[in-house]
Amino acid sequence: MKMLKVVLLLTLSLFLSTANAAEKEMKVGFVYVSPIGDAGYSYAHDLGRQAVEAMDGVTTSYVESVPEGPDAERVILNMARKGYDVIFATSFGYMDPMLKVAKQFPKVAFLHCSGFKQSENMGNYFGRMYQARYLSGIVAGKMSKSNIIGYVAAFPIPEVIRGINAFTLGAQSVNPDATVRVVWTKTWYDPATEKEAAKSLLDVGADVIAQHQDSPGPQEAAEEKGVYSIGYNSDMSSFAPKAHLTATVWNWAPYYTKVVEAVRNGTWKAESAWPGLAEGIVDLAPFGPMVPKDVQDAVNTVKAEIISGAKKVFVGPIKDQSGAVKIAEGVAAPDADLLGMTWFVQGVVGTTE
Amino acid sequence: MTTEIIISLLAAAVQSGTPILYATLGEIFTEKSGVLNLGVEGAMILGALAGFMVAKFTGSPVIGFLAAGVVGSFATSIHGVVCLWFQGNQVVSGLALTILGAGLANYLGTAYVGLSAPGFNPLALPVLSEIPVLGKIFFQQDLLVYFSYCIPFLMWLFFAKTRYGLSLRAVGEYPAAATAAGLNVLLYRWVGILVGGFFMGLGGAYLSLAYTHLWTTNLTGGRGWIAVALVIFAFWRPGRAVFGAYLFGGVMALQLRLQASGTQLPSSLLLMLPYALTVLVLVLSSWKKGSSDEPGALGVNIEPVD
Repeated sequence: MKMLKVVLLLTLSLFLSTANAAEKEMKVGFVYVSPIGDAGYSYAHDLGRQAVEAMDGVTTSYVESVPEGPDAERVILNMARKGYDVIFATSFGYMDPMLKVAKQFPKVAFLHCSGFKQSENMGNYFGRMYQARYLSGIVAGKMSKSNIIGYVAAFPIPEVIRGINAFTLGAQSVNPDATVRVVWTKTWYDPATEKEAAKSLLDVGADVIAQHQDSPGPQEAAEEKGVYSIGYNSDMSSFAPKAHLTATVWNWAPYYTKVVEAVRNGTWKAESAWPGLAEGIVDLAPFGPMVPKDVQDAVNTVKAEIISGAKKVFVGPIKDQSGAVKIAEGVAAPDADLLGMTWFVQGVVGTTE
Repeated sequence: MTTEIIISLLAAAVQSGTPILYATLGEIFTEKSGVLNLGVEGAMILGALAGFMVAKFTGSPVIGFLAAGVVGSFATSIHGVVCLWFQGNQVVSGLALTILGAGLANYLGTAYVGLSAPGFNPLALPVLSEIPVLGKIFFQQDLLVYFSYCIPFLMWLFFAKTRYGLSLRAVGEYPAAATAAGLNVLLYRWVGILVGGFFMGLGGAYLSLAYTHLWTTNLTGGRGWIAVALVIFAFWRPGRAVFGAYLFGGVMALQLRLQASGTQLPSSLLLMLPYALTVLVLVLSSWKKGSSDEPGALGVNIEPVD
């Protein structure tokens, strides 16, 4: 019996010492809402994770296809229990589960993407994708001949509406006659429905298809019809080599490595971060061969202005669909207004309901 | 709306109705033998994945399509084991198949998400595609759509004109009498389940090989459930299933086109249309129950006779 106790103690101490050794290595966990192979949203986050993995003394792991809700809490809790130092949860619906776990583990740094809640040890972050969408709008406005641009969109929430507005403003900045027609699919990822939605836009004369959807369904529709398309999340040109003008893409690596470094140095504080083109978090994918040099130059000029801060996307006068002025002349809309945007700018055809 | 848009809407109705048509015909075949299989969605999603994987490996969409049918039969054979061997509850077993199919396809298909595979592209039929209006709607589709035109007719022929078809219906109508007449009831029900599953698998493959050339989790998006409802709408008749599937596909295509043409109706209301139609269809068909061909012993297990 005594022998057994000794053995037990020995194994326990061995276990503890390995646990200590492991502490020197930083552990960073990621929670994704979809499979990383989706060529889309989670794929983009995972490229960021790989950059973190490449840092010295850091190991990472991830759990993919985690449904929003109770399952998410279990996954995040599990990571926190296993001694992860930093946990990134990358979907809106992880907000409350993460907040709950964050309260139980005050020493762990929690970061939530696309939400609005924070605590002592939980920050939130997202990217100013609307800046990249403005640039892609310029491309669409220049390339459209029918002046009808189709936009397949998931849900009428501020994030998506803001993107559509920025895209439309971009298109109209170079082509005042351009209108953007919106079709809601009410799904983030359903290739069949998204493709059908794109076809319905092609039927009404659209010759450029943009999307705020995670599947390449709309790209396929544009390729088959022989018109142009603009991808989202990551470079989607492999799905539509002849149609794909460019894509608005996420590039999380600089932000993720910065946060992990800050946590390691003890300088990290929970905050609400909203980086954009200037920080390199959002960008355009390489232009397709069909985009003329002058269009590329025009886009790059505006891109440089946005990065330098000389240009802002939402500066008045900006009118809504009814023609009423929503952002007064010369006024730059504050972030709070952008985050709560629920109206379409003039030139968008569609409803926000 | 211009004529052109209406024609394109009707062509889209045929295309988005086709996966539902395959699945509905499969379920009709199974139910005719007296077995209720609520696992259509599960068989479809496994078929969709199998079709995609095999087409990717072999480079042949046709082999992928057939493989999807075989995998559909495999999937529904689980239902057969539970309901025919072990006399399990058909409703519960079907629901289990739906959940199992979704989970399994999700698990096995993770590595294939976001890839593309060779598939079927629209192929205008000579002569037929030049018929005004109808040609554009029905004969500028892909091979799988043309194939689906033949099945309702063949199925009707089988049920109405062949001895085996009549026997299968007898088994679904009144198994005791069928047994007394010397028919092997369990064997016929196995055939009903496996052939039905084959068509459900084909319906799934239509989504991953023709409608899109992609695989993703939840690709079927509830279309299997719509097929279950359409069986009732069709009064268990293959010909009416065609009408039901295209009507449903048409409503789905219509709501997107209404949005694209700039209607002021809220999109949430439009998106409700297909589902409101399903409810309406179920109400109407139960009201006209007299004219339905519902099998008498649908969902009732039978004890094997030794």
